[in-house]
Amino acid sequence: MSELLKAGETAPDFTLPSHVGENAGDTEDKVMLSDLRGKNVILVFYPADWSAVCGDQLSLYNELLPTFEKQNAVLLGISVDGQFCHGAFRENRGYRMTLLSDFEPKGEVAKKYGVYRNGDGFSERALFVIDKNGVIRWSYVSPIGINPGAKEILQTLKEIQISENAEGEKANA
Amino acid sequence: MPEENLLSVPVGENDYSAGSKDATVTLVEYGDYECPHCGRAYSIIKKVQETMGDKLRFVFRNFPLTQVHPNALHAAEAAEIAGKHSKYWEMHDVLFENQDALDDESLKTYAEQIELDAEKFAEELENDIFEEKVRADFMGGVESGVNGTPTFFINGARFDQSWDYESLLEALENA
Repeated sequence: MSELLKAGETAPDFTLPSHVGENAGDTEDKVMLSDLRGKNVILVFYPADWSAVCGDQLSLYNELLPTFEKQNAVLLGISVDGQFCHGAFRENRGYRMTLLSDFEPKGEVAKKYGVYRNGDGFSERALFVIDKNGVIRWSYVSPIGINPGAKEILQTLKEIQISENAEGEKANA
Repeated sequence: MPEENLLSVPVGENDYSAGSKDATVTLVEYGDYECPHCGRAYSIIKKVQETMGDKLRFVFRNFPLTQVHPNALHAAEAAEIAGKHSKYWEMHDVLFENQDALDDESLKTYAEQIELDAEKFAEELENDIFEEKVRADFMGGVESGVNGTPTFFINGARFDQSWDYESLLEALENA
């Protein structure tokens, strides 16, 4: 496996289909990371739809979406599941976040971020917080069966806000 | 590895606690009345409380996953309302014993069962007078590393091991 990208590195750009496509091959439902510049992005790589821990982890994030929004942050879930699988999973669980399919070539984005498990064919349970300029501010790989929660995500978003406020003051001085 | 997960909000006056204030060990649970795992934990904790008696203080804090459990927020508020009228644990118990029926109408029935003023209860539930407190519990939990329910803290430190009766009792007795 390539190495986990760390704080300070530029987040590799990607374009992936989301859960919203209605027909196979729809192109209008793609999400491009660089389109989200100006917002903080929380990337949540998880092994698979429907597995218990992912479910709990995403339920927690789903609950926190309004909090993330207040911190100018968008959350994207990424797994190697296909987009129709994502669609069904999302509807079944009542999730409101965007889920992206790292499906073809399989795991390509996970590989770019250094979080693909070659032998298993799915990604690590990994988190990245990317700032509005596309720079990774925090990354973490959780033991695969353990829900990492949201404590560090919120801490990182707070730190980003504090540094932005400081920059703002400097600019105004 | 992330740092050790400690309670960001210490047990205090805003908490409802069962058992002696001078207990040697304090168990805090972050739970959701609509979560089946919490339902299982409920009977285990009852048993632990019986065994440990005065040695244990138990605190319950709200961690409702309202998007997946549509009745969890109001159920949590119902317990808080009951608490305001000195019947917190009575409501807590009824809720966990009736997890499959936590809609507003059922909540009102439980309020009557535990002899709360039904009209007042309905009004306080309608006005969500404890919604903010419940949400504050939730955020305090997230900041303490709560990642799902139930999550336990023993004397302020997150307990990540199995919480079946024997394991939980052993951890509490050795704390």
